[in-house]
Amino acid sequence: MAAIEVKNLVKKYGTIDAVKDVSFTVNNGEIFGLIGPNGAGKTTVLRIISTILRITSGSVKVLDYDLYKNAGEIRKMISYLPEDAGAYKNLKGREYLEFIARFFNNGKKTQEMVEKGVLIANLGDRINDRVDTYSKGMMRRLLVGRALMIEPKLAILDEPTSGLDVINAQEIRKIIKNTTEAGTTILLSSHNMLEVELLCDRIALIAEGKIVETGRPKDLMGKYNARNIEEVFTRVVK
Amino acid sequence: MSAVGNIIKKELKELLTPATFIPIIIIAAIYGSMGGSIQEIQKEAAEPPIIGVINEDNSSLSNVVNNVLMTNAEVVFNSTSSNDIEFGLKTINEQQGVALIVIDKNFTSRITNEEYGNIEIYWIMKGAGILDSISSSGVEYLLRVINTNISEQLIKSNTSINASVILTPTQKVETTYFKGKEFKGLSPNSIVNMLSSQSILIPIIMMMIIIMAGGIVITSMALEKENKTLETLLTLPVKRTSIVSGKIIASAIIGFLLALIYMVGMSYYLQGFSQGGSIIAKYNLVLNTQGFIIVGISLFVTLIAALALCMLLGTFAKNYKSAQTLTFPVTMLALIPMFISLFMDFDTLPLAGKVFVFAIPFSHPMMAPRALIFGDYTFVFSGIAYSAIFAIVTIIVVVWIFNTDRILTGSTKRKREGRRSIINIFRGRRF
Repeated sequence: MAAIEVKNLVKKYGTIDAVKDVSFTVNNGEIFGLIGPNGAGKTTVLRIISTILRITSGSVKVLDYDLYKNAGEIRKMISYLPEDAGAYKNLKGREYLEFIARFFNNGKKTQEMVEKGVLIANLGDRINDRVDTYSKGMMRRLLVGRALMIEPKLAILDEPTSGLDVINAQEIRKIIKNTTEAGTTILLSSHNMLEVELLCDRIALIAEGKIVETGRPKDLMGKYNARNIEEVFTRVVK
Repeated sequence: MSAVGNIIKKELKELLTPATFIPIIIIAAIYGSMGGSIQEIQKEAAEPPIIGVINEDNSSLSNVVNNVLMTNAEVVFNSTSSNDIEFGLKTINEQQGVALIVIDKNFTSRITNEEYGNIEIYWIMKGAGILDSISSSGVEYLLRVINTNISEQLIKSNTSINASVILTPTQKVETTYFKGKEFKGLSPNSIVNMLSSQSILIPIIMMMIIIMAGGIVITSMALEKENKTLETLLTLPVKRTSIVSGKIIASAIIGFLLALIYMVGMSYYLQGFSQGGSIIAKYNLVLNTQGFIIVGISLFVTLIAALALCMLLGTFAKNYKSAQTLTFPVTMLALIPMFISLFMDFDTLPLAGKVFVFAIPFSHPMMAPRALIFGDYTFVFSGIAYSAIFAIVTIIVVVWIFNTDRILTGSTKRKREGRRSIINIFRGRRF
């Protein structure tokens, strides 16, 4: 069973074609990267798989459930981290994790889930401070903790390290890598080609709403005789 | 272009938006229409009042009264026997008149015996709004003229009557008929004052709750978008109906608390203006327990309708600033019925006005206390039913929007898909 099966996906915003006939598959337990420049359609694809946007045509299966018919079931098993996402500013870090955890569990299990989130966020005593006092890096770590504490079968991460400094970005990459060891499948988007090389088992290159290439980073570098994914992308798009 | 000119051009471009102008245009239109209504009322007040006269006395001083009335009012009924009171009232009512004035048969002899001459006034009251009582002011004015003219005649005749009787030779014995009830000893003005003291609190509470709780809902939606927490919320295993109802209930609680704090001060303030409770109870112009329960139901249903409307508006909010603009229509919809219920009576509004006021769901709890005091249960229950339907339809629309892309992207998808999601709401299917 594949974690995600996308077939001939089309998404239009009025007259604008945001996603044009996209097909790809993400296997269980792998880290799959959607790579492309700003406005390529990455976020739209991730939002569709996260059940918050509707498709214009095509089909999407997530964890063997049809996206349209079983959105409620899918939401129990996935976790989505939007780009530049925030948290409720009047809550403390721990309270925010508790708020999210209560949608998935009750009682003791909620607390266990929260403790896992606290561990992943690794904010020390600052977890008991209000969210509006957090730096951008701290906020992102809290949100990664929130996304992964529920032990989702599929984590959808939109630009997980966007806007972070090198140290924070590295921390988050480490967390993501460790998460797959517990059996979570990761679908992430990025325009940071280095990050993709370091993290992803397989990638799909997306440009102007179309997937232009799919494969393992090393295989693609070999295929296009490139030193890195950035060169692969430039050659594919040209 | 100079630097200042460049900045002015940019500022004008940013500030000259429909959101800046529409509220001002609406306010101007409302003031314009209110001015028109007040002019109409002033015009009506300036016209001679339509009355009936029964003169049982037919002697020198009663003829002074008769002359003043005949000269300055439009007399549609005239008689000399108090047996004609019932028929006279019927005739005046048919002619849209305001009062039947009966001059007591001992009128002149009482005054010459140093007693006040009795003038019985049978008022036909049309509405209980403050502006409705203007129609009786014409008759009140004529009664002052009558007193002056009789005083003048008594002084000219060098009488030795007590000075206080000369200065105020008549006394009014008033009975008011309103909505099928008879109020002995009360003028329309005192009834309006009593009813105002009974029904002023509900419109103000309602207005405060709607504005406060409505603002909270719209701002909450705007902040969800601005802080980008909405996307996360929509991917959690929670029904859209739960998100919508959770937000509505939380805002209602906060709105109630805020209104409660506001009303503690307001009720102390209003106590200074209220009529004595015993007088109100004597004329049965108070809400009983059942009435309070019905008003409570009306308040609750209307609050849900108001908050559902605010949620709907909140889906359009992009950020905190746009939320402030979106609270304006809700504020106006709360203020219009509040002012109408304070100054006018639903029954005396023109048909278009009635339709307009009825269509605003917030009007119903504001008008309910007065209607219940006069036993108009049909009006109150139809208002509750209308507000409930309004709330249900609005919540369905909000849930539908939560199921579409509009909540995130600002535009709905194709019509076919929109219809499909409405059908799914009824089927209980989630997306």
